[in-house]
Amino acid sequence: MLSVFFYLFSTIAVLSAIMVIIAKNPVHSVFFLILTFFNATGLFILMGAEFLAMLLLVVYVGAVAVLFLFVIMMLNIDFNSLRTGMIKNAPLGLLIGAVLLGEIIFSYLGMKYGVAGTPGNELFVVLSEVENTRALGNVIYTDYIYLFQCAGLILLVAMVGAIVLTHRKRENVKKQDAVKQTLRNKSESIDVNEVEIGKGVNNV
Amino acid sequence: MLDIFSNDNFISFILILLKIIALVVPLLVIVAFLTYAERKVIASVQLRKGPNVVGPFGLLQPLADGLKLFSKETIFPTVSNKIVFLLAPMIAFSLSIAAWAVIPLADGWVISNINVGILYLFAISSLSVYGIIMAGWASNSKYAFMGALRSAAQMVSYEVSIGLVIVTVLVCVGSLNLSDIVYAQKSVWYVFPLFPMFVVFFISALAETNRAPFDLPEDESSLVGGYFTEYSSMLFAMFFLGEYAAMIMMSGMATILFLGGWLPPFNIAILNDIPGFIWFAGKTSLMLFTFLWVRATFPRFRYDQLMRIGWKVFLPFSLLWVVLTSGFLIIFNLLPVSI
Repeated sequence: MLSVFFYLFSTIAVLSAIMVIIAKNPVHSVFFLILTFFNATGLFILMGAEFLAMLLLVVYVGAVAVLFLFVIMMLNIDFNSLRTGMIKNAPLGLLIGAVLLGEIIFSYLGMKYGVAGTPGNELFVVLSEVENTRALGNVIYTDYIYLFQCAGLILLVAMVGAIVLTHRKRENVKKQDAVKQTLRNKSESIDVNEVEIGKGVNNV
Repeated sequence: MLDIFSNDNFISFILILLKIIALVVPLLVIVAFLTYAERKVIASVQLRKGPNVVGPFGLLQPLADGLKLFSKETIFPTVSNKIVFLLAPMIAFSLSIAAWAVIPLADGWVISNINVGILYLFAISSLSVYGIIMAGWASNSKYAFMGALRSAAQMVSYEVSIGLVIVTVLVCVGSLNLSDIVYAQKSVWYVFPLFPMFVVFFISALAETNRAPFDLPEDESSLVGGYFTEYSSMLFAMFFLGEYAAMIMMSGMATILFLGGWLPPFNIAILNDIPGFIWFAGKTSLMLFTFLWVRATFPRFRYDQLMRIGWKVFLPFSLLWVVLTSGFLIIFNLLPVSI
């Protein structure tokens, strides 16, 4: 039963990953990317890593890919210029692919021949024994707390940087100050005048 | 690989299918009658009668509406992206149904009692933005696209505060399982100690389901119909059903997180005799009534006001409350899990 689902998810994941590259419309590419993420979620669940699976959905599919889609929909992309430069970019793509493949092979070897007791090895706990949200929390917030906080700080700096770079102060923008607005009362904003016919009001 | 067809698996497979049907069919009926309830409630608020012609008290109105939509022609705009245009309402609809897989309707009445139930709900509600954004893009129309963009920004913003509200509850419970969250409220419902969070959750739920006063994605006075401007017949009906199913789901989520799920208000024999499902349905209906009440009462927010509340009020406030709650639990040694 599990193997059926494994082949189902991984086949769709690989096929849609290919479609990300060959789809003519960039928006379709993003949709296929989302489908790939979705099937990766399925694979995570089959491995028993339900916490990571849900985080992948919430963070990557629910937030990052939405913003991605946002940007690509808004950009006015010249489809023809996208189709050139295959030869130029191929070596870089191959290099990244090779590095990722190497990492997968190394982590597989590490899992198979790793020495018990070395740091990092405790990550491969049997997930069925302990609820994996708890397993992850136990490691992240104790042994790896500094690295974890460090990652958080890097993200914070990146966020502040992005805001500083894109924020521009514009002159003469009319903005509503919600606090000021709600604190206004009748006596200071309305002036009731008895106007005599033909005379008008002078003291406004 | 052929073990799916072995006898045991086959029976459990059929059982799961039956459970799903037993959940989805009543859910769709409830969704249909929620549209009726909405029209009746709003009519009462505005001193009108509401639908009262089709059937006794107009009770058959939703069936008549459904039949009408079913018999209409599906129109594809000529410049639309046909496949994505067709997929969008299906995604919106199926996601809002899929969320119900983990909701415990009573003690043990749940299709899939998973460890990360609340995260699953959170993930599904953050995915439902895709139905809308796909619809807006594929329609190739200004109004639909504007509606979709508004909706995407709105849902992503309010998810942040919903996430922090959920964290507050989880800190008190010590588990991500929805049934555990309900069990943890045996002595006191979280709506009392965490009342401000309940309010934040309810308002964020209004924004997350695109309901009034935050229904900017379908703001008819400026966007015609918003993201479903170009949709007709059953495709439109799917969006409509999806929106209402999402409303019921959010109400159910509020019931589980704050109102003690299927638990009676007091632990008395006579209240305990009423089946848990009735309590759950009653509390969810109360929340749904509030959804409709709010729609009939408040004017629509402006877009910048909406964003201001989300980012400048709810986010800092709920973050502060997370810190306060966890600080309180640590000082008084009330943490559910020992460290």
